[in-house]
Amino acid sequence: MSTKVIHALYNDDDVLMDAVKTTRAAHHHIEEVYTPFPVHGLDKALGLAPTRLAICAFIYGLCGLGFGTFMMDYIMIQDWPQDIGGKPSFSYIQNMPAFVPVMFELTVFFAAHLMVITFFLRSRLWPFKAAENPDVRTTDDHFLMEVSLHGNEEEAVEFFKSTGAVEVKVIDKH
Amino acid sequence: MSSHYEAPIRKPLVLGDKSYHDVTVDVARPVEGRANKQWWIVFSIALVAFLWGVGCVAYTVSTGIGTWGSNKTVGWAWDITNFVWWVGIGHAGTLISAVLLLFRQKWRMAINRSAEAMTIFSVCQAGMFPVFHMGRPWLAFWVLPMPNQFGSLWVNFNSPLLWDVFAISTYLSVSLVFWWTGLLPDFAMLRDRAISPFTKRVYSILSFGWSGRAKDWQRFEEVSLVLAGLATPLVLSVHTIVSFDFATSVIPGWHTTILPPYFVAGAIFSGFAMVNTLLIIMRKVSGLEDYITIQHIELMNIIVMITGSIVGVAYITELVIAWYSGVEYEQYAFLNRATGPYWWSYWLMMTCNVISPQVMWFKKIRTSIMASFIISLVVNVGMWFERFVIIVTSLHRDYLPSSWTMFSPTFVDAGFYIGTIGFFFVLFLLYARSFPVIAQAEVKTILKSSGDNFKRARENGNHSHNH
Repeated sequence: MSTKVIHALYNDDDVLMDAVKTTRAAHHHIEEVYTPFPVHGLDKALGLAPTRLAICAFIYGLCGLGFGTFMMDYIMIQDWPQDIGGKPSFSYIQNMPAFVPVMFELTVFFAAHLMVITFFLRSRLWPFKAAENPDVRTTDDHFLMEVSLHGNEEEAVEFFKSTGAVEVKVIDKH
Repeated sequence: MSSHYEAPIRKPLVLGDKSYHDVTVDVARPVEGRANKQWWIVFSIALVAFLWGVGCVAYTVSTGIGTWGSNKTVGWAWDITNFVWWVGIGHAGTLISAVLLLFRQKWRMAINRSAEAMTIFSVCQAGMFPVFHMGRPWLAFWVLPMPNQFGSLWVNFNSPLLWDVFAISTYLSVSLVFWWTGLLPDFAMLRDRAISPFTKRVYSILSFGWSGRAKDWQRFEEVSLVLAGLATPLVLSVHTIVSFDFATSVIPGWHTTILPPYFVAGAIFSGFAMVNTLLIIMRKVSGLEDYITIQHIELMNIIVMITGSIVGVAYITELVIAWYSGVEYEQYAFLNRATGPYWWSYWLMMTCNVISPQVMWFKKIRTSIMASFIISLVVNVGMWFERFVIIVTSLHRDYLPSSWTMFSPTFVDAGFYIGTIGFFFVLFLLYARSFPVIAQAEVKTILKSSGDNFKRARENGNHSHNH
């Protein structure tokens, strides 16, 4: 069994934005939009939920801070509490100023890298991943809106033509 | 086009009536074309310099650090000078991609890709000095706090040299992922334009299967923003930590609290000068004058002027505080800088760093490509001497007059430095021929607000969509 989708191609971001709004108003379900660059406000127009990557980064940063603190407390204060140049190694807080640079760097390191890895995993991006944009022009200057097709085909094609699409295709999607 | 309103006072950032497709074609052209004769000539020179540097490093490692000009009093000289110089140069890239992003500076979009490339390549050069200035570099891995068979013998987290390890490795790795994430849409553009199966394969792998979905872009922008927010304190902290190598010491001339911000200002100063040097050449040879315009050069010059002034204030502050301190060692350190045996390096540094950026107050000079190019080179010479002066003049004469000595470099010192310059240009030249040197996906977002054709149309009250 195959389902049909419509690929409506636009060559202008403003036309695309208007088309997204009209399509949503006409209760067509937009499956996906492929654009060559970030069209500001498109996620709002599509009704996409905000991303939580920044929240992840904050938590990862706390993990990094915790890791750094634990590591340096164990190494410098618990395991080998030596006197190195008269630095007080009786408790973490006494020699804390010397640990600030590494605590800071580890916070940034964890926050940045784990967030980027989360982004790659969530958006399914990795070196040998095959590209999934249905038309090569969508990385150049074309904007593609993929809409699921229910009911009358000609009517739908006509509708998308009227939204300013330069090309409307009906695709069999397995 | 109401969503693309921009105040008429702003000059266009993209010249030459570009459409989205024109941007693609212009950015892809240097990658899709073949290297010309000049490229091969310059590349060969850089490669020879690099190989010479490899030879000098091999000689140092196999024979010993004694092949350098450093001595018992001056234990740090060209090695750390070059390290700090390269790290400093790297800072402008992060400044351009992160700080200017936070400040929503649209002009950064044409220059951020190359500035970040410059960051990565120069931090790679910087990273070699901490390793090869070691007496026993094959034990360099002992700086890492790894569990081991010596009862688990750890490192000492009190040392700024260890903080450097954390700072530089974090800086390099975070800059790299920041840069690579930004490259994905541009690699995808090259992938989708590729004709030969080989290039298609290469850019498919490099672009991680980027497809440009609305959700991808939403996350992409959030990731860029958070990374910019993380990279900004990172860039400030990295050069701060580098400055701690000196500032936390007890050496007169080193032990000052002004070093962290002053080193950071100097890093931005020298880094922007290097970006300017590279981009002035790149816009010409890669035919990108419509994107890297005279306005970009002028704005970079203004940053050079501002940070140069901050550095100038820091120089005066150091002198005033030395006088005010009443510490004769500190006073002598500065007297020695100005009138001692290395007076010429001090005055060369003062001339290059304090006077040369001040000429940027003249619009005629800061909007002249030739003048900008010369001044940006002068600034980098000056900033090399700043690090040299701080390091060598403070060491060669300090507390005990019986330990006073001189320093002169050997050909191995010079060879290593020349080698890193060669390696830097090898990487940068390869980058310029295989990477999209302008973030085309970003430039396309400002095309309608800052392209000269769109601005002109708006001024004429023409609200058409330019189909």
